[in-house]
Amino acid sequence: MPDEMASARVGQVRELQEITNATDTRDYLYAASRQAKQQYDDYELIVDIDAHLQEGRFWQELIGLMDNDVLKHAGEMMLAGGVRTPLINMQPGMSFQAMSGRVPHQSGPAEKVDDPQTHGHPFAQIMRRSMDAMGVDYQVIFPTAMLHLGMNPMEDIEIYMARAYCRWLVENIFPEDKRLIGLVYLPFNNPDECEKLIKQYGGNPQIVGFTICAVRHKPVHHNQYMRLYSMIEELGKPLVFHAGPHWDDPSFSQLNRFISMHALSFVHYNLIHMTNWVINALPERFPKLKTIWVESGLAWVPFLMQRLDHEVLMRPSEAPGLKRMPSEYMQEMFYSSQPLERYDMKLLEATMDKMKAETQLLYSSDWPHWDFDPPSSITTLPFLSDQAKRNILGLNAARVFNLPVKRLRPRADDFLTARGPDRVS
Amino acid sequence: MREVTAGKASSFSDPDRKIFDIGGFEVGVFKLGGQFYAWENRCPHLDGPACQGKILPCTTEALNEDKSSRGREFSKTDMNMVCPWHGFEFDIRTGRHPTNGAMRLRAVKMRIEGDDIMLSVRD
Repeated sequence: MPDEMASARVGQVRELQEITNATDTRDYLYAASRQAKQQYDDYELIVDIDAHLQEGRFWQELIGLMDNDVLKHAGEMMLAGGVRTPLINMQPGMSFQAMSGRVPHQSGPAEKVDDPQTHGHPFAQIMRRSMDAMGVDYQVIFPTAMLHLGMNPMEDIEIYMARAYCRWLVENIFPEDKRLIGLVYLPFNNPDECEKLIKQYGGNPQIVGFTICAVRHKPVHHNQYMRLYSMIEELGKPLVFHAGPHWDDPSFSQLNRFISMHALSFVHYNLIHMTNWVINALPERFPKLKTIWVESGLAWVPFLMQRLDHEVLMRPSEAPGLKRMPSEYMQEMFYSSQPLERYDMKLLEATMDKMKAETQLLYSSDWPHWDFDPPSSITTLPFLSDQAKRNILGLNAARVFNLPVKRLRPRADDFLTARGPDRVS
Repeated sequence: MREVTAGKASSFSDPDRKIFDIGGFEVGVFKLGGQFYAWENRCPHLDGPACQGKILPCTTEALNEDKSSRGREFSKTDMNMVCPWHGFEFDIRTGRHPTNGAMRLRAVKMRIEGDDIMLSVRD
């Protein structure tokens, strides 16, 4: 035995259990809380601009809030028959997100919420656990299954689900915790209904913007949407395009693995909407309207900048509203960081430089999805300055969402001390 | 470095896995084919708890002689641990990722003394 080694007693050793979808979020993310302590506990503000509701556990509540008796009855009957997310146009047999059980948090949350130290609605409790563990002050909540609703052939379902979701957020969740904030789900297939929801909920202080779930075949430059954009611009809250998967798209039906569809689909729809947004000069028409492009990663941004810059110079007659290069408009928009393509640091550095990440990039976790990024995905980037990391992790979001720069999260040491003794996984 | 007694070898089935938290230093001890292996419970990706997830056979693509595919199959010999954070997989015997061998777990020095599993850990 080497000299520097000394025997230790078994009493110093604790056995940890396998992580499953029933594991307490605080245990699941315990390693992230260590990173918070080591890397960013002194940062002014951490904002996670994209975390998700996994609707399955709470779908009954949402169905119950639908203000259409026929659809509500249909949803309730499906629930009784064992359908996990009734009325959603997803194929249950194609649910490969959790990698056949390899990534348990994707198939939850199945954890208990009877801890006397926490309280309130189970969703609020679970999300508060994730915020505390990762060291996050605010989380912007998005749906998951509802990301597909733009492709639902029954248009009325999107309208009534959008209403129920907004009501659920505002009435059931927001009162539980001011750290949970969200967006109006815009039933974008029906502009009049979008406008009604903006009027109804746009003034709520925990509604920090409006989201178009991007998986849809709708031209965002169509004249029917101009009044909607004016309303949002006037409110001063951002318009958020959230990407998503859609294997039923004819082009993607050629792809034989989930990974292939996922890699392309989450970029595809934002590529299309951004192209229409820029080429039709919507940034010129709505110069004060802030747009955020969420969950497409970063690599697509410099690709599209170069592509559109190249073509616009040759075909200005097809983009007559532009007064500057497409990349210049795109550099003034905002982007979420996840899923951060970090394998090639040189490419990532060039990407962040091109998109002006220091002022335009917003940290997002995507928790609890399988490809989530903890805040350390930003703090461990070797080429970013300390100020750039602080901006990306919170200060940029404070500017975009009009949030106070005031710490709401516990100290990492306090979290670790409180959770450590109770940790089982 | 110091050496710590971390459980009994006889308490392991085969295959089996136990994760030990030794004052914050976490180690996954695996038994496979009669052999023991010990890896730090830190994924090289984002420091997730790599040893605490599922244990599954390595997935392979089965090819015919003419290079046509018979589809995917589970390996009869190679077993992987799966990091529950993002699904990174590592061979239990080598600690290496199946696609990129440079992405690997850190080995923990281990020996069996009698029935005791002795782990060398950093302070």
